Amino acid sequence: MTAWMQNRGPDSDIVLSSRVRLARNLAQMPFPQRMDEQQGQTVVDRIQKAVGALQSGWQLQLQSLNQVSGIDRQVLVEKHLASPALVQDPVRFEGVITDPSETISMMVNEEDHLRLQVFLPGLQLMEAWQVANRLDDDLERLLDFSYDSHLGYLTACPTNLGTGLRASVMVHLPALVLTRQIRELFTALAQIGVVVRGLYGEGSDVAGNIFQISNQVSLGFSEEEFIHSLNVVAEQIVGRERHARQFLSQSHALELSDRVGRAWGILTHARIISSEEALRLLSDVKLGEDLGILTIPGSASFSELALMTRPGYLMKAANRELNPGERDELRASILRKNLLAKDEED
Amino acid sequence: MSPGSQPPLSCQRCQRRPASVLVTSVVNGEKSNRYLCEECAREEGAYHLMLDPQFSVHNVLGGLIGQVPKTAPMGDAKEMVCPHCGHSYQRFAETGRLGCDRCYDCFGAQLDPLIRRLHGASDHHGKIPARAGSRLKRRKEVEHLREQLQEAIAKEAFEDAAALRDQIRRLEASTAEEP
Repeated sequence: MTAWMQNRGPDSDIVLSSRVRLARNLAQMPFPQRMDEQQGQTVVDRIQKAVGALQSGWQLQLQSLNQVSGIDRQVLVEKHLASPALVQDPVRFEGVITDPSETISMMVNEEDHLRLQVFLPGLQLMEAWQVANRLDDDLERLLDFSYDSHLGYLTACPTNLGTGLRASVMVHLPALVLTRQIRELFTALAQIGVVVRGLYGEGSDVAGNIFQISNQVSLGFSEEEFIHSLNVVAEQIVGRERHARQFLSQSHALELSDRVGRAWGILTHARIISSEEALRLLSDVKLGEDLGILTIPGSASFSELALMTRPGYLMKAANRELNPGERDELRASILRKNLLAKDEED
Repeated sequence: MSPGSQPPLSCQRCQRRPASVLVTSVVNGEKSNRYLCEECAREEGAYHLMLDPQFSVHNVLGGLIGQVPKTAPMGDAKEMVCPHCGHSYQRFAETGRLGCDRCYDCFGAQLDPLIRRLHGASDHHGKIPARAGSRLKRRKEVEHLREQLQEAIAKEAFEDAAALRDQIRRLEASTAEEP
């Protein structure tokens, strides 16, 4: 299982994960959208050779996506190791490189030749950048990246130009949603060039009060400056969410524990549950746990539980394709088991 | 309007297009519901851009690219094609994606204002890759030597010019040897 989901980090009650992504392209080779199969294969071969020549510490392995089953591809997306665009209709020269702890993933031939990302639990943007930077340095000794002295790293889309960096944090903001401060916050963030998205990135729904917050701009400042400014924003969001939680637990204590208790009741007794309902209730239970309203016997983290509700993960657990009805049943059973930490049904 | 009442068929703002969006606003604690068409709702800023499920970087980029001709020397930009990869500017405008790293040179005049708009900057201040970095440094050195060579020729200092010419040749040869 993915290390960042299992482990805790600074401010883990609110910040589920920190992610740093770098976009890189091999020099003088068309970008993925424009290349033919032979060029695509050349890119994979060069990257694979470089990854093979890296020092053993990285432990990176390439998976060619056309050799990965449909269910496993879906799980890659649910674990945030690959984008939906990459796993859809995979061709031979598209791939994902990961390490055993799934802290690092590199998408090969998605929008850019290489999209390197590092995930850490909690608010650890600078730490994630340091890992990404070290790996990038090591790769750069073996690969010639497209680079221009004025524009920096050249990317398929000009929005990623310069540092090729996108830093983001996944945050759980139930109290800001409950106290209706979230819109105001997002409006303020948009004005300072910070983007807010749902759990699964561009165009995905906001579910379970989980938001992805990232920098929009990648050119004009150094990587450390971009990371630092997002870190400041993240700290402010954490502060506001804490404040809202404190307000709720002081002035709406009864309503809050009622809400948490109801969520717990449904999650631990339901026999059929949709992914949308599960994530919404898990959000309430996580809030309750963070505020000391209830203790969850099971050891799975909120991020792990959220992953367990996803269709791909369920089908992987069942080892076969499941229709939505079957998934709702299995989801309810897996949630009961993991929340109550026992195999016996209540 | 009471919550139970029937929503109107046409937009309560333009009275023309069919109403499809319920916009709830709270002003001074007074809550009001209005049924608007998508266009009017958008104009009133009722949609939050970043949470709009239809939002994608490439959609927004497409909009920006469409606006660029006002400031850029567009001319026949749409028919321009990168000679290295065959990607057309038209294709870029449609997809928001370039064909290869050299498209940045080919469409430079069109891309420059777009890049400024997207990033509020046009110069990289981040990481310099070690290998490409040393090559860039040498290229800059060659440029500098060439300037000195021109000056030497202008001053008819031919011995200096010959020495500079040899130095440039050596540097260029070492750059060309790299993979």
